[in-house]
Amino acid sequence: MVSESASEPIIRLRGIRFAYPGQAPVLDNLDFEMVRGDRIGLLAPNGSGKTTLFHLIMGLLEPTAGSIEIFGRPVASEKDFVRVRQRIGLLFQDADDQLFAPTVIDDVAFGPLNMGKSKKEARDISRRVLSFLGLADFEGRITFKLSGGEKKLVSLATVLAMDPEVLLLDEPINGLDNTTRDKLSQVLNNLGISYMLISHDIDFLVNATDAVYTMAAGRILKDEQVHIHRHDHAHQLGHLPHRHK
Amino acid sequence: MINEPFAIGNSVIHRLDPRFKIIAAMAFSVAVAVVYGFAALAAAFTASLLMLRLAGLELRSVARRLIPVNGFVLMFWLILPFTAEGEVIFRMGPAVLYKAGIVLAAQITLKSNAILMALIALVATMNFATLGQALNQLKFPGKFVFLFMLTYRYIFVIEEEHKKIWRAIKIRGFSPKTSLHCYKTYAYMIGMLFIRAAARADRVYQAMRCRGFQGQFHTLAEFQSSGKNWVFSILIVLCLFGIIALEWTAYGI
Repeated sequence: MVSESASEPIIRLRGIRFAYPGQAPVLDNLDFEMVRGDRIGLLAPNGSGKTTLFHLIMGLLEPTAGSIEIFGRPVASEKDFVRVRQRIGLLFQDADDQLFAPTVIDDVAFGPLNMGKSKKEARDISRRVLSFLGLADFEGRITFKLSGGEKKLVSLATVLAMDPEVLLLDEPINGLDNTTRDKLSQVLNNLGISYMLISHDIDFLVNATDAVYTMAAGRILKDEQVHIHRHDHAHQLGHLPHRHK
Repeated sequence: MINEPFAIGNSVIHRLDPRFKIIAAMAFSVAVAVVYGFAALAAAFTASLLMLRLAGLELRSVARRLIPVNGFVLMFWLILPFTAEGEVIFRMGPAVLYKAGIVLAAQITLKSNAILMALIALVATMNFATLGQALNQLKFPGKFVFLFMLTYRYIFVIEEEHKKIWRAIKIRGFSPKTSLHCYKTYAYMIGMLFIRAAARADRVYQAMRCRGFQGQFHTLAEFQSSGKNWVFSILIVLCLFGIIALEWTAYGI
């Protein structure tokens, strides 16, 4: 492991260019840095390359130009990325892509087993992560019979079981109800690790991140602070006294 | 979709180590497949019934499971007695009933039902996840086990996608007719299903790579081979010996 000072970026992208075959580039000359402790929200229109960016960081896609440095070390080959994936976790948009094993415990233990943990260690880790997420009694449940919210939380468990130093979350609250959303932002706030998440929900971004970036013309635009401000809004029963979370 | 009604239960057979049950079912199937004597086949049939009984399965729902196979067996009964050669036992105009054909059809009936009942009693009494894990522990080829598990997991997702496409087709007023438009619609639907399944497979594989998958498939399952598994194994071995002995006395080797 390379030693790194606190200020040194854990993820550094320089001059990244990426295009899907036969299409105009999605990312063009993109620069990006993430330092330890960052909790970044990414709010940008559909098709602006958010998911592509995550997949480049994980080595699932290969940039046509530019360089990627992760934990202070340049990464380019599949072998480099195998190591990256042990330290960076990616939560996929669709939980059905992430959960492939028949039972919850099998799925959560998949990552730790791949990392060479023994069966007992893998089982202990999985149980610990599941109970951290309040899913202690989910062990034997069949993955495809879970509800949407349950699937999302179990997916998060499968990623957290690998004890990542950085999390990339691709639209984690898509299709979730308010209770599960609140739970997720609570979990994220308690994690104490760096993460970057894609979302279209401003309230969620304000609750769960410290900075919101956006993307345009294939690049990331920084907005160092989320500006919390008041404005008028409308909803049903607005004349009754009420509180907003 | 896939139901596993027989996997639910707490009988002696349900509590056995799945690995023993799989091996027993395979050995039993092979033995029954190669014997021809009616004494041996009747013994095997009885043994299968006994195993169903031990597994505490409801005979009526087992019978329902046997219907498709026996539909197939019925075809043999319709063809074999009239097309075999040798001793004729009944003749009516051009229709000739041969003894050899009837014997063969009866053998096939007994064999297929005995094997299927044994499989239901031994293999259907565990769920898919357990079956996959047990096959993995028995050192079945990894790719085979993997295909098996993923099929089980994603057949539901693909069924969901099929329903989605079908709904989208229906709400726009589609009704099946004998027309090019109708065939085209079906073709699009099937094509779209394949494409979605392939795209899904890509994403699942990506998600697995993100979690360190490098072709090696590990599982958590651990089965304990307690004493009663060995008792069961000895019983099965004795039963197989019995079947073979019956075959031997009838035909010689």
